[in-house]
Amino acid sequence: MSFEVHQADGVTIIDVKGQLIVGNRQELKQKVLDELETGSHRFLIDFAGTGYIDSSGLGVLVSLSKKIREQGGELRLASLNEDLRTLFELTKLDSLFHIAGSRDEALASF
Amino acid sequence: MNRDLTCELPTDVRGIERFVETLLNHGHGTGFDAGRLRLNLRVGVTEALSNAMLYGNGGDPSRSVRVHASFSPDEITIRVTDEGSGFDPGLVPDPTTPANRRRARGRGIFLIRQLMDHVEYNDRGNSVVMRLVNGPAGPVRRVS
Repeated sequence: MSFEVHQADGVTIIDVKGQLIVGNRQELKQKVLDELETGSHRFLIDFAGTGYIDSSGLGVLVSLSKKIREQGGELRLASLNEDLRTLFELTKLDSLFHIAGSRDEALASF
Repeated sequence: MNRDLTCELPTDVRGIERFVETLLNHGHGTGFDAGRLRLNLRVGVTEALSNAMLYGNGGDPSRSVRVHASFSPDEITIRVTDEGSGFDPGLVPDPTTPANRRRARGRGIFLIRQLMDHVEYNDRGNSVVMRLVNGPAGPVRRVS
């Protein structure tokens, strides 16, 4: 599992590679918080390399969404595969997040 | 071909991913539907193990989680038991309400119930049996 952070068009992009689960969710949270500290306000988390997110991974995304919003920022999620979309739909978190089909679609939506 | 597997796992969430892969490989070996293994079984076992380790065993590394898995081409049954005092699964709130959706926690048991065909806790609440029935491709089946 890795979280690769880079910038594009004023957006902080985090590529999640591998599963986002209870054992590594804090690392994602810390990376986003660190970027918020440096003044980033637009975030895109790209799940093109992610096969699975567990409930604690979903939970950290909810926490980050709230934190980013409190600081006047925006968050997009992108590239969820069919299984991940199912999880978001079952938990009704698809109503909480702006979910784009691709990174380009997400970047264009800011 | 039927297979059984019994394990005792230490309370360490870092071991969950690898163990779940082992179970999925067992499932593949019986010819079980790949999609239901990939999502339904993965969710059921991952969430049950997380709950057992973090909440049941309180994260105590001296405690373990016992898993018994039974595989057949028609059905997979998994029992996960922790050493804790248990809880009342009936008291777990619905995480999908507008208010609860914004909470960071509380989705694990809900997902187990959504994606496994049968879910039953013992009276004490420290052991759960989950059953997944083979069937047409498609990740979601109505929970019983």
